[in-house]
Amino acid sequence: MIDSSVVDRVLGEALRTGGDFAELFVEDRRTSTASLDDGKVEELSSGRDRGAGIRVVMGETTGFAHTADLSQGGLRAAAGAAAAVARGGRGRTVAVTPSTAPRHNEVSTYPETVAKARKVELLTRADEAARSEGAAITQVAAGYGDSRRRILVANSDGLLVGDDQVRTRLGVSCVALGDTGMQTGYETAALTVGFELFDRVQAEEVAREAARRALTKLAARPAPSGVLPVVLKGGTGGILFHEACGHGLEADHIAKDSSVYTGRVGELVASPLVTLVDDGTMGPEWGSFAIDDEGRPAQRNVLISEGVLTDYMWDFLRARKEGRTSSGNGRRQSYQHLPMVRMTNTYLIDGTDDSDEIVAQTPNGVYVAKLGGGQVNTATGDFVFGMNEAYLIEGGRITEPLRDANLIGNGPDVLKGIDAIGDDFAMGPGTCGKDGQAVPVGCGQPTVRISGVTVGGTARG
Amino acid sequence: MADLSDVVSRVIAGAGDDEDVEAYAARTSDTAVRVFGGDVESLSSAESAGVGVRVVMGNRQGFAYTGSLDEADLADVLAEARDNAAFATPDEHVGLATPDGVAAADLDLWRPALADLPADRKVAMALELEKRVRSGDPRIRQVESANYGDASVEAAIASTTGISAATRRTACHLSAYAIAGEGSDTQTGGGYSVGREPDELDLEEAATDAVDRATRLLGATKARSSRLTVVFDPRVTTVLLGVISSALSGEAVLKGRSLFADRLDQEVGASTLTLTDDPTDPRAYGAATYDAEGLACRRNVLVENGVLTRFLYDTYAGRRAGTASTGSAVRAGFKSAPGVGCRALSLVPGTASQDDIIASVDEGMLVQSVTGIHSGVNPISGDFSVGAEGILIRDGALAEPVREVTIASTIQRMLSTVVAVGADLEWLPGIAAGLTLAIGEVSLSGA
Repeated sequence: MIDSSVVDRVLGEALRTGGDFAELFVEDRRTSTASLDDGKVEELSSGRDRGAGIRVVMGETTGFAHTADLSQGGLRAAAGAAAAVARGGRGRTVAVTPSTAPRHNEVSTYPETVAKARKVELLTRADEAARSEGAAITQVAAGYGDSRRRILVANSDGLLVGDDQVRTRLGVSCVALGDTGMQTGYETAALTVGFELFDRVQAEEVAREAARRALTKLAARPAPSGVLPVVLKGGTGGILFHEACGHGLEADHIAKDSSVYTGRVGELVASPLVTLVDDGTMGPEWGSFAIDDEGRPAQRNVLISEGVLTDYMWDFLRARKEGRTSSGNGRRQSYQHLPMVRMTNTYLIDGTDDSDEIVAQTPNGVYVAKLGGGQVNTATGDFVFGMNEAYLIEGGRITEPLRDANLIGNGPDVLKGIDAIGDDFAMGPGTCGKDGQAVPVGCGQPTVRISGVTVGGTARG
Repeated sequence: MADLSDVVSRVIAGAGDDEDVEAYAARTSDTAVRVFGGDVESLSSAESAGVGVRVVMGNRQGFAYTGSLDEADLADVLAEARDNAAFATPDEHVGLATPDGVAAADLDLWRPALADLPADRKVAMALELEKRVRSGDPRIRQVESANYGDASVEAAIASTTGISAATRRTACHLSAYAIAGEGSDTQTGGGYSVGREPDELDLEEAATDAVDRATRLLGATKARSSRLTVVFDPRVTTVLLGVISSALSGEAVLKGRSLFADRLDQEVGASTLTLTDDPTDPRAYGAATYDAEGLACRRNVLVENGVLTRFLYDTYAGRRAGTASTGSAVRAGFKSAPGVGCRALSLVPGTASQDDIIASVDEGMLVQSVTGIHSGVNPISGDFSVGAEGILIRDGALAEPVREVTIASTIQRMLSTVVAVGADLEWLPGIAAGLTLAIGEVSLSGA
């Protein structure tokens, strides 16, 4: 996107006042979205964002500036602003060496080559499919989105590398109306692929799943209140491990002693059944990429192995301080943001139990067929999650559907409380928020039983 | 530097005879300082700008944006929005705002003092905040971050239907997040102060708030499940109002996506509840002269003495409902088209202090913070279940701290079981003011 001699000069400018490290991150992102609501294709939107973020690191201090002006003058001005934090050192010249990163995934149909009419047609099909599930479906909203994000990362260590990241998604949400009021259901399909997403996933199936979820809840009763065994259906609850443990294993939290996992590498922190992995190389999953936003290749990192904490996740700054290499977890929302330690695709690997047997061997509890979003306090490990689709387990059988409620628990307690893991591993897409920055992530798990979690319903247990 | 009013005028001058065009341009300059361990962890400053364009062509609407003010990009973005319009379903209610004669409030939202403040002073404030939090209590084990941030935002909007408006505002904040420890117990708490200019920031208030919130939960345990009265701290009340706000959108009502649909002129809450959205109140964090379609913002009474009196509308939803816009269009920035939203929700305060309210509760919980709003609260069904931390109330006095519990009810039931509205109105960041609010018969799930 930018000539390497310009990159050299911009990095030189960034280090003019001193500084140990300088980095140029250039991004050109095109997005297109289409939304259908209330039976109408309401809006098509498209946009373009181009710009560069420049950071200069001196000791423990980072200076950062960004600009939408990609001319040499604009970049050098931003470099000068970022350099303002570094004082008294000597400048140095920089020469970068272009290198080619491995593609993690081949895209066969780039979104800009697809006619807008085809994107609109997907939404219409989704709307019809959802409504055909029954007259109780009173409202359908469907959203299509794609993005193509080309990035270039160069730094004063001589790195110059780029990536071309394509993502496509479809989400459908439905409202069902019954005697007891309104209920909602949501389903989404999202991968780091082009329009060929719809060769793998049918828009109608996504829509019918959203409708089914809303309809099921029309008959739902209030969730119980209190501590119960919870069984998470495979592929629908990985977000719990992302929140409850993943965030606490990010090296920035570790460095600031704001994680319950600080100083615990080598210790048994989970049930020996648990092996937790963060893997940015995972085919077309939503959190995958060839290089992270600091130019490091994506990696597969085992975080917890058979219950033992093996390592944390690292970005450039935290790794540099510890004298090791980044684990490919330096990510940022856009060129306007500083990178930090972020997850990619985080998952729990398969166990050996049969998933049906796990339910059958649970006398009473809650079966969660779909978790919603969650949140964690890394310093205490306390987390919450919404249950978007859940049922009572009575006498080893899944029985009545439950209304929406949160689960609350503590990450380390939950990891230790896992007493059964199935063999039906599956992944799902999500969006992770941290310090106000959102990035796409994947989450996955097989069917898992946790011996006790607090269910935040209103019905007395 | 490009004048934003010129930019939007140039864009709409490109409109064809058979279309209406609206252009919204915004420019933000911001600074963010984060300190850790007595040193600057990061200092960033930048300016960004862009334009969002809506085209309405024969009852169809299209939108496009660009993060640039370059002439070539402006021509592209208009062409792209026009192309997008061709694929929308025709809708007779689609249309841009037209001037409605409501006069804009005279609000002082721009303070030159912010732009004049040197970066050194911003860094010094963040460092001083960190120091005060650290020394605020011997049990403060770590200050995870202390921050100073500010933003100056200018925006201009113009349309071929006669809209022409420009706004600008400044904002700054100080915030700190503290970790307290005692023995093996760890608790966290955050504090902040916000203002339109640095002189309005209160370092001591931000520091004390972070220290108190982190330390007062030390020793917290999981309470037993029960049904009790919850007393929401003002910060928690703003969260509740934020959730309710989406159900007050006339668009959500029209689309059958609001728990208040079909409830207009009915009793929806306790008679002590009167709720307004008034962006013309200069104390409001979300105060604004014009809405996102360029109409003057105005005061709207939504609930009066417990009765639902009004929904909020932008131009589209107003036309569809057979009424007018209430000046309630909002947008996330130049990257998105407008929608309906609240800016400055506030309950009319009662007469009791927080202490009085606590004294009136036999068995309850003072809720200091809640989590899981987006996952556990559904503004369509009304189901409400959130994680909570706070202090139990027993016989009218604060007792032991609790954590890792949930509180649950439905929004409908909570509004009707409000037992006290505090006098302690406080404008907080976000779209709502806070005050102490006591709600009866809430389910607490714990051990």
